[in-house]
Amino acid sequence: MKSASKGLVVTAATLATLALLPPVSLVFGQDFYIDLFTRIMIFAIAAVSLDLILGFGGMVSFGHAAYLGIGSYAVGILAFYHIDNGFLQFGVAILASALIALFIGWVSLRTSGIYFIMITLAFGQMIYFLGESVNQFGGDNGLNIERHSRFAALLNLDKPTALYYFVFAWLVFCLGMGWRLVESRFGMVIRGAKSNETRMLALGFRTFRYKLVAFVISGAMAGLAGALLANLTLFLSPNIMHWTRSGEIMMMVILGGMGTLIGPVIGAIAYLVLENLLSGFTEHWQAILGPFLVLVVIFSKTGLLGAAGAWRAKSSHA
Amino acid sequence: MPDALLETRQLRKRFGGLVATDDVSVEILTGELHAVIGPNGAGKTTLVAQLAGEMQPDSGEILFACHDVTRLATAERVSLGLARSFQVTSVFREFSALDNVALAVQRSVGHSFHFWHAARREPALREPAEALLTELGLAARLHVPAGNLSHGEKRTLEIAMVLATKPRLVLLDEPLAGMGPEDSKRMVQTLAALKGKVTIVLIEHDMDAVFTLADRLTVLVYGRVIATGAPGDLRSNEAVRRAYLGDEAE
Repeated sequence: MKSASKGLVVTAATLATLALLPPVSLVFGQDFYIDLFTRIMIFAIAAVSLDLILGFGGMVSFGHAAYLGIGSYAVGILAFYHIDNGFLQFGVAILASALIALFIGWVSLRTSGIYFIMITLAFGQMIYFLGESVNQFGGDNGLNIERHSRFAALLNLDKPTALYYFVFAWLVFCLGMGWRLVESRFGMVIRGAKSNETRMLALGFRTFRYKLVAFVISGAMAGLAGALLANLTLFLSPNIMHWTRSGEIMMMVILGGMGTLIGPVIGAIAYLVLENLLSGFTEHWQAILGPFLVLVVIFSKTGLLGAAGAWRAKSSHA
Repeated sequence: MPDALLETRQLRKRFGGLVATDDVSVEILTGELHAVIGPNGAGKTTLVAQLAGEMQPDSGEILFACHDVTRLATAERVSLGLARSFQVTSVFREFSALDNVALAVQRSVGHSFHFWHAARREPALREPAEALLTELGLAARLHVPAGNLSHGEKRTLEIAMVLATKPRLVLLDEPLAGMGPEDSKRMVQTLAALKGKVTIVLIEHDMDAVFTLADRLTVLVYGRVIATGAPGDLRSNEAVRRAYLGDEAE
């Protein structure tokens, strides 16, 4: 099978499974899974947003949790002032993340390689410490959010299933947007810049501005994930901006398969399900998850998605 | 006298104590194939980098199509019609040959802030790219990833990418580098076919190719122009023989 159509099959299967999960888990009385998978899909959106610049654009942003935090704080702070209009909250979350990504990208994209990683990490930490120091919004203790975002009479996010499908719809939307984006002329330019930036410059492309726009789109999408996360946890905490969180999101991308759109979704599912299962057995679950991640990365440069493809190719030969 | 399309005036570039470009003034005439030759370390690549806008000269001027382009960025020079190829093969390895050229075509048809339509389905990009590759003899290799092409094919692909930006002048930095005799012969034919259609500045080591193709030559030694003229005149030029051709002839 051609890899493009294989990707489509995996995407369709993954989304169909996610769509059917709530009724199935309700039948079995395991509605805990609705919460878990809402969380997974939110991180999947964040991972897809990172993959747009990391996997397709070659920009290793190590401060991606910052946008998650900004989106989350936008919702939380507005809610703190009793503004619970969802359109406004989400609009502010997305716009604020985009603006901050514009600034961070404008500075960071002048560098590349290890310097880029370090600068984005430094900006991420700055925003983390900002969140930790604003005591009005809970400082490092965090802050409860009173209510879910209010959209319309029909959409009541208080119900876990409603929130689940709300997040699911956003995930589908982000995947669709991402797919159009990477196949477009714009997408070809950022992929070209990843492949051979010198060549792109010599062809006369001003790669900086294309990369900057990609960086902003990615930040805005991560901000959206943050706004969704605030609605799931109903709690603001600077911890969601900690640099280890940026590392986790990156791990999801690499685990699932960089440079594909469904890869980060698979990565988010695998990472968070494993975390959940293993932490049920032992408090030292990271000692098991860590080596697993190392093995996946060593044996498959294209993550779980690539590993599954290679395994299938092998077994169909035999 | 015909118009100069590209002109440098007293161009100078030094790296510490080394003067890589020393007071270089050359005129490239519209439509000619102008070869720049010189021994290793003569400053040919440094000169190309300054012409293409990747490196800033310390002093002097570069004029292209009646514009002072000395301080212009590469992208702006490409927009004016000045494009380059590289001495070391530089293609998008993961992309197919067709994708490589289509991306270069994309540059010539306006900005690329198009976020929705699939670029690989746009005839405006695919058709000119396919036509160019067919013209250069790569019709059978359109869908091969560029990284899997042979060395000679990659070099040809590079020429196609440069041409796809619709240049008025192309800077070809050693297009024959690393090629076997068969590939070299084919590339010389390709360049001969291009001659006259577009102004060419050819940096090259292969003297046979240079003397076959060039209308005029500029000889660089230690960053200085020691002679400029038609190939026939330079063969008999004593300074050129001593500095450069002598080594090759022995």
